[in-house]
Amino acid sequence: MKIVVAVKQVAALDEEFELLDDGAGVDPDFLEWDLNEWDTFSLEAALELRDSAGGEGDEVVAITVGEEEAEEGLRSCLAKGADRAIRVWDESLAGADALAVARVLAAVLERESPDLVLCGVQSSDAVNGSTGTALAGYLDMPRVAVVTHLDWDAAGGTATVHRELEGGLIEVLRIRTPALLTIQTGINEPRYATLRAIKQAREKPLELVSPDGLGLDEAAVQAAAGSRTVALAPPERGAGAEMLDGSADAVAARIIEIVGERMAG
Amino acid sequence: MSGILVLAETRRGELREVSLELVSAAREVKDPAGGRLAVAVIGADAERFAGDLAAGGVDEVLTVAAPVADFEAHVWQRALESLIDSEQPALVLAGHTIDSLGFAPAVAARAGLGFASDVTAISWADAVRARRGAYGDKLQAELEFPGKACTLLTVRPGIFPVASPAGGSVPARSVAIDLDGVARTEHVEFVEAGAGDVDITKADFLLSIGRGIEDKDNIPRFEDLAERFGATLSVSRPLVDAGWMPSARQVGQSGKTVKPRVYLALGISGAVQHLAGMRNADTIIAVNTDPEAPIFGVAHYGAVVDLFEVVDELEQALE
Repeated sequence: MKIVVAVKQVAALDEEFELLDDGAGVDPDFLEWDLNEWDTFSLEAALELRDSAGGEGDEVVAITVGEEEAEEGLRSCLAKGADRAIRVWDESLAGADALAVARVLAAVLERESPDLVLCGVQSSDAVNGSTGTALAGYLDMPRVAVVTHLDWDAAGGTATVHRELEGGLIEVLRIRTPALLTIQTGINEPRYATLRAIKQAREKPLELVSPDGLGLDEAAVQAAAGSRTVALAPPERGAGAEMLDGSADAVAARIIEIVGERMAG
Repeated sequence: MSGILVLAETRRGELREVSLELVSAAREVKDPAGGRLAVAVIGADAERFAGDLAAGGVDEVLTVAAPVADFEAHVWQRALESLIDSEQPALVLAGHTIDSLGFAPAVAARAGLGFASDVTAISWADAVRARRGAYGDKLQAELEFPGKACTLLTVRPGIFPVASPAGGSVPARSVAIDLDGVARTEHVEFVEAGAGDVDITKADFLLSIGRGIEDKDNIPRFEDLAERFGATLSVSRPLVDAGWMPSARQVGQSGKTVKPRVYLALGISGAVQHLAGMRNADTIIAVNTDPEAPIFGVAHYGAVVDLFEVVDELEQALE
């Protein structure tokens, strides 16, 4: 059994930040990096499936497209229990959008031939919700998006999953595997790595490969891109909130006053 | 390629509101884009919705009969691919919904379309441009789709108004697409999740808490505060994911949509999915330590202050 988990090292903005000169990106000096929250759940799902199968040679492979910051995210996947990791990068991938990233991931999966592919529903920085389903599209692989429960009969090649719809509705459905699932937060309780595991993770294989090494030329990746960002700007706030200034007791007093007015009115 | 194709959305025999919001979005760029505005609906009983989709500005309703009772991602993918082939639109709009997440990016990937998801504004200069959030909605990105003859956008629900019916009739056309054997999942059942002890959609005053409360052990304190305040306690998703609170208390896209007279948000930053469930509250008051938190974009009153200090004061004042 081989499960591939596609993860992303996400960027959060510092409170103060500057844009790049072209206005279409953020100066990386003002970004903080972390493993995408959704991916901690998809990784956990993969580890639980592998551990309950308990077979010789079963493995969980964490893969990502990203620059050097992404290495840390892969190391944390390894520390939590992934068996090996693959990072795809060269400079031509800077600024790649969801479709371009999916195209690159597809090339990795063609090489790996997994039984199951897990992705997070979305990343907390780009919030596209698109990479996993686009990846399934490139691979022509059956998929379900936004999964909150997963029951996989690996030997029988079927999975029963819950798809989380709007407003608290769940669809229960069956899918044949190999398949790709995008995993929603809350599906499990992601583990933390022990200090010992973090140390041991340094010995686990982490492969760096270029798109070229996967047989992808730069033109193919660029052709896959769905969009180009031409400008970034702070959102228009509309009228915006009236800010309550002062100390906590002044704020509390105003809140009680506003609630009183609105509930009476 | 010219004109706009809108893909309507239905669920369990009902048209979803986003369908007519997409028509409004399409109308904003219909004139500069040129060509026709067609609305397509896919489903076992697609023709039933043709009348509901005859909104102002729509030139034609396209119905596609599907061999499955409910939405199936692979069937919808094939149907949309085929519609794009036959209708040759320059722009395709679908909702940024759970259903779309299962097939729209795959359509864009396979056909090499221009693509953006969760779009909040659309404009047209020489070609389509779209706006969407970046860095968790703390910035907005303007996107172009250079070199793309057709662009597929999934549009955030609740942004555009619901289009009203057309004065006259709108022609409907049935488009035959072979969808037999395309499904790759099998529907088992729908389950209504999260029936609970309380119906937060009925509450006039919601005290809503999020990640900012930091610890499960703090929950009784907020339950107590809500009771003193005469409020019903609701929560954002992370507290349900962590197993601290039942899903019946969850406000947001995957939880409940609420419209209380007062929504007091403590320690909720305001992810898009949360805002979707509470932005129509009459009065929104938000307390958060992050001045850039998106919740301040929809709040009427805001305070950038440590929520526990405010809670201390509220407790004393309400004693």
